[in-house]
Amino acid sequence: MKKDEVPQDLSSLGKITKEVCYATDSDGKYTTTLSSGWDVKITALDTAWDDIAKRIAAAKQQVLEGKASPVLFFMEYRLMDIGILAGYTGFWQWQVKRHLKPEVFRTLSNNKLQKYAGAFNITVEDLKTMTVHED
Amino acid sequence: MRIDFEHRQAAHCESGVTRNLLYAASGGKITEPLAFGIGAGLFFAYIPFIKVNKGPAIAFRTFPGYIFKRTCKSLNIPVISKKFSSKEKAQAYLDARLEEGTPVGCQVGVYYLPYFPREYRFHFNAHNLVVYGREDDTYLVSDPIMEGTNTMSSYELERVRFAKGALAPNGHIYYPKQNVQITDDRLREAIKGGIKKNVFNMLYIPGSFAGVSGIRTTGEKIKKWRDKLGLEKAGLYLAQMVRMQEEIGTGGGGFRYIYAAFLQEADVYLPGNQLTRISGIFTKAGDMWRTAAVHAAGIYKGRIGSQDDFNVMGDYLLEIAALEKAAFETLKKIKWQ
Repeated sequence: MKKDEVPQDLSSLGKITKEVCYATDSDGKYTTTLSSGWDVKITALDTAWDDIAKRIAAAKQQVLEGKASPVLFFMEYRLMDIGILAGYTGFWQWQVKRHLKPEVFRTLSNNKLQKYAGAFNITVEDLKTMTVHED
Repeated sequence: MRIDFEHRQAAHCESGVTRNLLYAASGGKITEPLAFGIGAGLFFAYIPFIKVNKGPAIAFRTFPGYIFKRTCKSLNIPVISKKFSSKEKAQAYLDARLEEGTPVGCQVGVYYLPYFPREYRFHFNAHNLVVYGREDDTYLVSDPIMEGTNTMSSYELERVRFAKGALAPNGHIYYPKQNVQITDDRLREAIKGGIKKNVFNMLYIPGSFAGVSGIRTTGEKIKKWRDKLGLEKAGLYLAQMVRMQEEIGTGGGGFRYIYAAFLQEADVYLPGNQLTRISGIFTKAGDMWRTAAVHAAGIYKGRIGSQDDFNVMGDYLLEIAALEKAAFETLKKIKWQ
């Protein structure tokens, strides 16, 4: 890639920091130059987030219909899977799977709820009420 | 306290940290491309059984931690590297290093990294940064992909050092043991060693998922994605591949441009070996990866999506595989002058 062909499409990262690209100058010699983003990868990232948004919406629906506990919603919201969530909470994976059931979730001690709240970086109250504060 | 440390922005986090930790120690000789090349950083792997964000893991670079370790080893620089089960001990160890004036590399998870925009936060645990000081509860952080330096509270730093999931860092901390004089002869040997290792990784790893044969396998698979996965999921997989190839930390073109820059710099140390000419082949490979990415974007944007479009996409990778195979075979045949 030539230096003057390095794309400068503004991405959400580009607002915070530009990224270093390696490109060639007019003599064909490599140099570094800054890029604020590239449309091709901005849409790749958008595609990933659209899919995540769908998964979060589906999880929310399941919670509202009483088919899953808010743990499922926040797990999707935080892009986690059962393995990652087990890692952050210290529970076993089979325990996390149980806690996805609303009837089991309702019986959880405050101590256990606190572990989930910590993993999701929210309060226990937010966890119970499925409340999201953008951060 | 604040350690005298020069933050330099880099394309890739690990080669950037390696460069930043070794730059002063090496008398300014180690640049990012040299660290990447000596560390045999270029790679390709298609790992369907490891899921990243529900898609197959596709890597354009070598295993996390490998570049730093290999670069230091080739340059005869002793390395201290530690992981911890206790968060308290991990912090005490870090504080003690800072107290004695040693900047240290830390492996961290990206998800809870406070200065990253939300859109870029995934559970990716092989990010690298340097901690170079502490003032009360605030740590001074040099993240090589950021233009400037950042700060983190002790809690924020602990959370990313003990991120969970695949490749969990477990407080992993690493630094070169001492300042060692690096002679040009040593550097020449390290460059040759790095190229040799990279030739092996791209051409001779058994199986069809790594190196040049991995690129070919992925190309063949892409042609079947439309029927097998449906258009939407196939588009998601392609978007994922493009992100691994082009997203922050790659320098563009799936690290091929950094490698091309490495060969140009290597040519200065080892003239008469055609390295600059071979560098041009990697530039071409990087350009082809980007052309393929533009085509992939057409698919995940929904502008195109016929079976023919998937065939074209797969063929791009077959073409790249052939080109990179030829490039590494040329590197293999060099009789060093």
